[in-house]
Amino acid sequence: MSGVLPTPAPVPTPESEEFWAATAQGKLLLRRCDDCQTPIWYPRGFCPVCGSFRTSWSEASGRGVVYTFTVVHRSGVPGYREALPYVVAYVELEEGPRLLTNIVECEPDDVEVGMAVRVVFFDTGKGSALYRFAPAPS
Amino acid sequence: MTIRGKASIAGVYEHPRREIPDRSTSQIHAEVAAGALADAGLSLRDVDAYFCDSSAGFGPISMADYLGLHCVHVDSTETGGSSYVVHVGHAAEAIAAGKCSVALITMAGRPRSAAAGRRGGELTPDMEFEGLWGMAGAVSGYALAATRHMHEFGTTSAQLAEVKVAASLHAQHNPNAYLPHPVTVEEVLESPMISAPLRRQDCCVVTDGGGALVVVSPEVARQLGRTTAKILGHGEAVKHAENGRLDVTHTGAVVSGPRAFEEAGVTPADIDYVSIYDSFTITVIETLEDLGFCAKGDGGRFVLDGALVAPDGRLPFNTDGGGLCNNHPSNRGGITKVIEAVRQLRGEAHPAVQVADCALALAHGTGGSIGSRMGSSTLILGREDA
Repeated sequence: MSGVLPTPAPVPTPESEEFWAATAQGKLLLRRCDDCQTPIWYPRGFCPVCGSFRTSWSEASGRGVVYTFTVVHRSGVPGYREALPYVVAYVELEEGPRLLTNIVECEPDDVEVGMAVRVVFFDTGKGSALYRFAPAPS
Repeated sequence: MTIRGKASIAGVYEHPRREIPDRSTSQIHAEVAAGALADAGLSLRDVDAYFCDSSAGFGPISMADYLGLHCVHVDSTETGGSSYVVHVGHAAEAIAAGKCSVALITMAGRPRSAAAGRRGGELTPDMEFEGLWGMAGAVSGYALAATRHMHEFGTTSAQLAEVKVAASLHAQHNPNAYLPHPVTVEEVLESPMISAPLRRQDCCVVTDGGGALVVVSPEVARQLGRTTAKILGHGEAVKHAENGRLDVTHTGAVVSGPRAFEEAGVTPADIDYVSIYDSFTITVIETLEDLGFCAKGDGGRFVLDGALVAPDGRLPFNTDGGGLCNNHPSNRGGITKVIEAVRQLRGEAHPAVQVADCALALAHGTGGSIGSRMGSSTLILGREDA
């Protein structure tokens, strides 16, 4: 079993303040293009698909599957190096985007590509929470 | 207009040291510049174009000042480790366009001897969302690619290990190689897991050092009395996360490769030798597929049976030992890829790994991460009579 993962606080910008504030409320927001409706990731006030600057927030389902992952056995990252081994993964949300994140609440060796996961939040104590993913009941 | 046959690489120099605690990075730039110019039979006074990456200081200005260059063309295109392969293409374009006639490309760094400090201050926007999860440096990103490649195509760790084995067989002939001893597939598979599925021996070396190249016009080449390598084709591309729909099973080589082959008027089957960027073993597998040396997904099977081993393998690669065993100066291997390709075309590779009658070579650079966003550049070079 891996150790307790650290909760480093993100450094929000004017483009991402609302996103991080919502995580502290247990909500995972996606920026969505008002013109072509495409969910945008990472969050930004510009649609990289159609070029529109008309975008707004919507709440994601928080459900997805593991697209790919790595079990980290050696790491120099402060906080994380005390929690080896741990899992870094891309989770593909139901809405389409693939988010870099951690898989938690399971043994690293039990993680598989295609595994169903749901979002869980880890408070940073600084007005934000980290969105990680845990195995979901199938 | 193309660059085909309109410029040549006349001088190359790879810094012989792998730990350089007693030089500044600027000094290493100067040393490799002098070495490459001496190899070409030219001097700093002949240089009218300068190319460097973002580590050289304030773009190309700091080093032009340090070196006393009087340039009419500069370029500091930054695409990570592929930068220097991009620079060769851009230098050829500039020469073909009449903008300059002697272009100097340098790279240098000292990650073993000094803190790199490449970038300070504000995070890039992607890092705000990707820097939180304990990615253990570049290896984790490439491990994410390897996991998915294995899932989709059945690639195995033993197949990845074959890439390292081939590089190590070449490195034993290179007296400057950082890791000069041959390894077996079993030894690779027994090395410590770093970021699964990549093990320590799936990773390139970390070395100080540098290299330089000199690209000249055909008129200059004819006056030099030195065998040159003709630049036949070049392609470059940035591959990114596609609005979060990232596909980690391919690289920017799917774009840069075909553009280079088209410009050169050749196909993968014509290539005698390849320098393939080998930051990690998976980098080579995906790049070989994307360049068309095998079908997508067949890279793991393609490298079996010594296919990459010089001189007699189906596709000899990285005969200097590559980044996996010889040198990956400042975590940027693009320039050594071009240098070894020139050695092969000149017939100046180590005799044990010199490809017989080597007439066409390909050098491919990769920068950034297959696991997020990256630069790719493909260069096709021909022997002087090509």
